[in-house]
Amino acid sequence: MRVAAGHPPRTMRNTISLPSNRYQLLNWTTRTLIHLLALAGAAAFLVPFLWMISTSLKPMEKIFQYPPQWMPDPILWRNYIEALTVMPFGLYFRNSIYVTVLSVVGQILSSAVVAYGFARLRFPGRNILFIILLATMMLPWQVTMIPLFILYRSLDWINTYYPLIVPNFLGGSPFFIFLLRQFFLTLPLELDEAAKLDGCGPFRILWQILLPLAVPGLTTVAIFSFLWNWNEFLWPLIVLNDVDKWTIPLGLNGFRDQYGTDWNHLMAASFVASLPVIIIFFIFQGYFIQGIATTGAKG
Amino acid sequence: MRSRQAQVGQAADELAAGKRPRMSGIARKEAIAGYFAISPWLLGFLIFQLAPILAAFYISSTEWRILSAPEFIGVRNFDKLLFKDDLFWQSIKVTVIYVIFRVPVSAVLSLALALLMNQQLAGRRLFRTIYYLPAVIPLVAVSMMWIWIFNPEYGVLNSFIRLFGIEGPQWIHSSRWALPALIIMSLWQVGTGIVIFLAGLQGIPAHLYEAATIDGANTWQRFLKVTLPMLSPVVLFALVMNVIGSFQIFTQAYIMTAGGPGNATLFLVLYIYRNAFEWFHMGYASALAWVLFVVVLVISLIMLRSSEHWVHYEGRIGGA
Repeated sequence: MRVAAGHPPRTMRNTISLPSNRYQLLNWTTRTLIHLLALAGAAAFLVPFLWMISTSLKPMEKIFQYPPQWMPDPILWRNYIEALTVMPFGLYFRNSIYVTVLSVVGQILSSAVVAYGFARLRFPGRNILFIILLATMMLPWQVTMIPLFILYRSLDWINTYYPLIVPNFLGGSPFFIFLLRQFFLTLPLELDEAAKLDGCGPFRILWQILLPLAVPGLTTVAIFSFLWNWNEFLWPLIVLNDVDKWTIPLGLNGFRDQYGTDWNHLMAASFVASLPVIIIFFIFQGYFIQGIATTGAKG
Repeated sequence: MRSRQAQVGQAADELAAGKRPRMSGIARKEAIAGYFAISPWLLGFLIFQLAPILAAFYISSTEWRILSAPEFIGVRNFDKLLFKDDLFWQSIKVTVIYVIFRVPVSAVLSLALALLMNQQLAGRRLFRTIYYLPAVIPLVAVSMMWIWIFNPEYGVLNSFIRLFGIEGPQWIHSSRWALPALIIMSLWQVGTGIVIFLAGLQGIPAHLYEAATIDGANTWQRFLKVTLPMLSPVVLFALVMNVIGSFQIFTQAYIMTAGGPGNATLFLVLYIYRNAFEWFHMGYASALAWVLFVVVLVISLIMLRSSEHWVHYEGRIGGA
């Protein structure tokens, strides 16, 4: 094995990433040990899911049993129907979809335009404004929740979806702006230059040239945005009062208040509430990983 | 307003004089487009972040029961929380303990799992999926799941512990074990950290390891002298974001323990929520929120400052 003298040029460093022969010294025992560790870890991570699903299919009397039975017998599929009909989960589902879809649209549109401004257009104060944007990532948003509640109350927006949706159209999230800015920076500037010569204005360049190329980045944003808005609990808890306005997480919380120890139904409802994000996760895994790798965004 | 010709003329003069030209018409157009492009964020920042933070500071100097008008009381809210309110100090204590245990343990755990997955591992993608999945589930659903896992009689955790002939604790029903229980549960959701560290590990150039191996470094030395320094910027970032996120813990405590038993899990955000939205003490709650804001800000800054001493930035590589 010969190692080239000196370091590769800086730009090449990030491209060398695959551990090609780095660990070929590992012997058979070590590799077995590594696999066993990974398997043990995976088992520990999976047990809570299996426990939830197993409980959700059991009859009540089999739940309070020691030692616990992992394979439900009989399997009660109707637990799911019962859980989803004793409270209007269909309605909560629709509410969640409504809020989430509009929020996602708002976050994509506004983050894309803002990211384009920071990535491609030169204007005085751009750097300092971008630093401010990055700094807001560190802000615990709870410090704003009381004044915002008072603001929305004076607008008569409490118990409506506006407080959940409107802010997403104004800038979305610093994480998404950062992610899309990074993405735009990877697209060649010649694209803009050529379009400019053809008489394209800056926003037509964004809309017709850059956005179609940025679809992977936009997809990543869409997925995280969906996830965060779908899972959000504290803010809807503050601004939504009416039972029929509830989103899925509020519905789940309300379900527990009423049917606290119906563990099978509670687990069935929890599983159904998680199902959309689980499905999205399995379809778009690669985008999740990419998004976290570029921004370090929380899941 | 000056005519266009005059502008062009002036720009030409400045160019001729070797000065940097003032903003040309094209540049000005671009700048206007730029401000226009970032205006949604700028507006959002002013309306939904900056103004509320300042407003919260003003509200913290009032007694405001929401239905009546706010009444200015100066620093009395801060005086109360610092010197007269045991619950405030309880919430600080509980929150700080949570952060102190959760952040380092989850960092070590996610680094360990990331290192594991950076090896020649069959089915790496599948493992990554399994480790990351808990981090995407709604926290409310996760909380429901773990209430049942922590059930002292029939929960899966104590059933497992019983296999060793030990009776497990009462977990979230015990004032002594409720906080550790929530910390344990948070470790189940380390997936994000794993993915961040894994991306960082894969960005470390292979030639550094090769060079170290040729110099006779063993696995442990390679980890200490190559992996850790090269990964330190990622570690700093993950730690800061994790600290900020951990200070904001709310949902688990609201759903699983309602802050109890005996205020053992009364986290700061839960205490703010109760003051504001259950008892309608908007002024006092705003004072508490400002404490959260300042604490998070100061700790983040200290961590970023300390990074000079332990974070290794590329371009300053010595040895290797």
